[in-house]
Amino acid sequence: MLDDKTYAELRQIAGRYPQARSGLLPMLHLVQSAEGSVTPAGIDACADVLGLTPAEVSAVATFYTMYKRHRVGDFHVGVCTNTLCAVMGGDAIYQRLQEHLEVGADEVAPKRQGDQYTVSLEHVECNAACDYAPVVMVNWEFLDNQTPDGLVRTVEALRAGHPVASTRGPKICTWRQAERVLAGFEDGLEHEGPAAGPASLAGLALSASGADGAPRRNFPDDVPGPAPESDRAPGSPEADPVQSGLTHDELEHEIGDELRDEDA
Amino acid sequence: MTTELLPVLTANWGDERAWTLDAYRAHGGYEALEKARGMEPEDVVEAVKASGLRVRGGAGFPTGMKWGFLPPMDDGPAAGKPRYLVVNADESEPGTCKDIPLMMASPHTLIEGVAISAHAIRAEHAFIYLRGEVLHVYRRLLAAAREAREAGLLGDLQVIVHAGAGAYICGEETALLDSLEGRRGQPRLRPPFPAVEGLYASPTVINNAESIATVPAIIKNGSEWFAGLGTEKSNGVGIFSLSGHVTRPGQYEAPLGITLRELLDLAGGVRAGHELKFWTPGGSSTPLFTAEHLDVPLDFESVAAAGSMLGTRALQIFDDTVCVVRAVLRWTEFYKHESCGKCTPCREGTYWLAQVLARLEKGQGSEEDLDLLLDQCDNILGRSFCALGDGATSPITSSIKYFRQEYVDHLTHGGCPFDPAASTLFEGVRA
Repeated sequence: MLDDKTYAELRQIAGRYPQARSGLLPMLHLVQSAEGSVTPAGIDACADVLGLTPAEVSAVATFYTMYKRHRVGDFHVGVCTNTLCAVMGGDAIYQRLQEHLEVGADEVAPKRQGDQYTVSLEHVECNAACDYAPVVMVNWEFLDNQTPDGLVRTVEALRAGHPVASTRGPKICTWRQAERVLAGFEDGLEHEGPAAGPASLAGLALSASGADGAPRRNFPDDVPGPAPESDRAPGSPEADPVQSGLTHDELEHEIGDELRDEDA
Repeated sequence: MTTELLPVLTANWGDERAWTLDAYRAHGGYEALEKARGMEPEDVVEAVKASGLRVRGGAGFPTGMKWGFLPPMDDGPAAGKPRYLVVNADESEPGTCKDIPLMMASPHTLIEGVAISAHAIRAEHAFIYLRGEVLHVYRRLLAAAREAREAGLLGDLQVIVHAGAGAYICGEETALLDSLEGRRGQPRLRPPFPAVEGLYASPTVINNAESIATVPAIIKNGSEWFAGLGTEKSNGVGIFSLSGHVTRPGQYEAPLGITLRELLDLAGGVRAGHELKFWTPGGSSTPLFTAEHLDVPLDFESVAAAGSMLGTRALQIFDDTVCVVRAVLRWTEFYKHESCGKCTPCREGTYWLAQVLARLEKGQGSEEDLDLLLDQCDNILGRSFCALGDGATSPITSSIKYFRQEYVDHLTHGGCPFDPAASTLFEGVRA
């Protein structure tokens, strides 16, 4: 049985929509937050709130890959192995992590003595960050331009309980906290992280500096954004993005000036 | 004549705290909404029609015309039914990475576009369907919708920001509608089209996030301005996303009709010491191009005439270290995984395509397997329920067309002749 608070929140989600059933996807996210996975009790609760049968709810829950019928780790690591990321290093990263954690796809690495948190691993498909390949998602936050050893360090920091910041986002919260946000409950972290990473600003930087030969008449209002400082090309030494393997403080130190200008 | 970059949607991404209402307003944000509110809804629709904005989600259909298909509100079968605006922000096509940075950096651009578009089509409910796997983007969108509401910018409009749960197929507009109704995301038979019977069987406009986010700039600067950019039939600017083996990957906003050669010049060229081998003009579902297509203007007509599709302007660049068979097999496994299972050609077809390709990639099978693959593609293309099946055939047929010998080389070599380590970002760098 789900607790009363969760039940009330499930009703609240359903009430956001002109037709209650539209709330089912965020409701299942909330179930995962409360229960740690899509449990039979969670399915029953959604069915009860929406006037559906448990089979109807299960049919939906089993269609979408973000819904898990088994527990995942506190930090769920998704390595993009779609073509572009795979080619750029995603396959090597996945293999390295699999060996390091001694787990297969969708498995949770055993909690060792001294570990504060657990970590699980899966392949993910293209996550719309190809200009930052190879990309890894941890609890659906971006870790851009990853390397095998860098990600191993990140994973070890997560297991040890050190804060790790997303390259374009806040300190990464636990999977259950993330699932609560995906159910539509704000956590107040929207002001963390930069507006955009360096690759997102690549074209803007050029036209702001006039390097493309264009006159400075960018539309609208002739006010181009400030040229970003960073122009890190893949393959260049400074692009070796070990920063996400560092703790949050170290990360602030390492890339603070570069990536967090907008965050002042 | 060279085409220059022209930041419009991307112009404020470098601004301090660009995602906040204050920063967006400091940039002139919500002025277009004020202007639109002073216009009759029909005139807003006309302005979007006159701008020539073609939908930015891949299909290239004229946006204003899509809006014009809504049936009358006061007469006929749709009389008395509410109208809905749905934004497709389920960006999942491999290679496509423009909407996510847009919504992360400047969510208010989309919210303003939603408010103007809802006014134009007389909708009182608008939904932004965001893929679920981008937590921070969801935070920013939720906050932006709340800020706009609290500032009184939305009037009576209800904007609901909805997170999906991991299914590429939900980028297909009718599958998205089913998903938004709390069902499995499977495409619907058309007709009826969403304009007539969309969300909750009511008249619905569904557009890609970039399309809707472009509307404020059109209203603010005028249809003529937008129509005067780009090419004759492909008007305006669009975000071109360069990824892969390019010196400075990223987002480059430019008038439609720019070429990959021009974009690569801006982006510092292909990775140092390597040559361009193949690329996608608009995501993995658009047939591959090679170096011979560097000067194809990236507009809807020119790319189609050269045998591919402009799609989402997702330019994935692969250099000479990349095995095309490996690349195509991986995309095929993606389509197999993402096939929703509703129709047989796609469900079974993508399964068998992956089987045959995997065999070839290992250097097993025979040259006849290439003909088998083409035959399988022939039985999927145009015979599937939606465009997912069609898209699954694009990398296969185009790669066999341009790189047949490389498939054969796998057979003679007894496996893949390429070193995958040579393609990685950290090649030559101690990771």
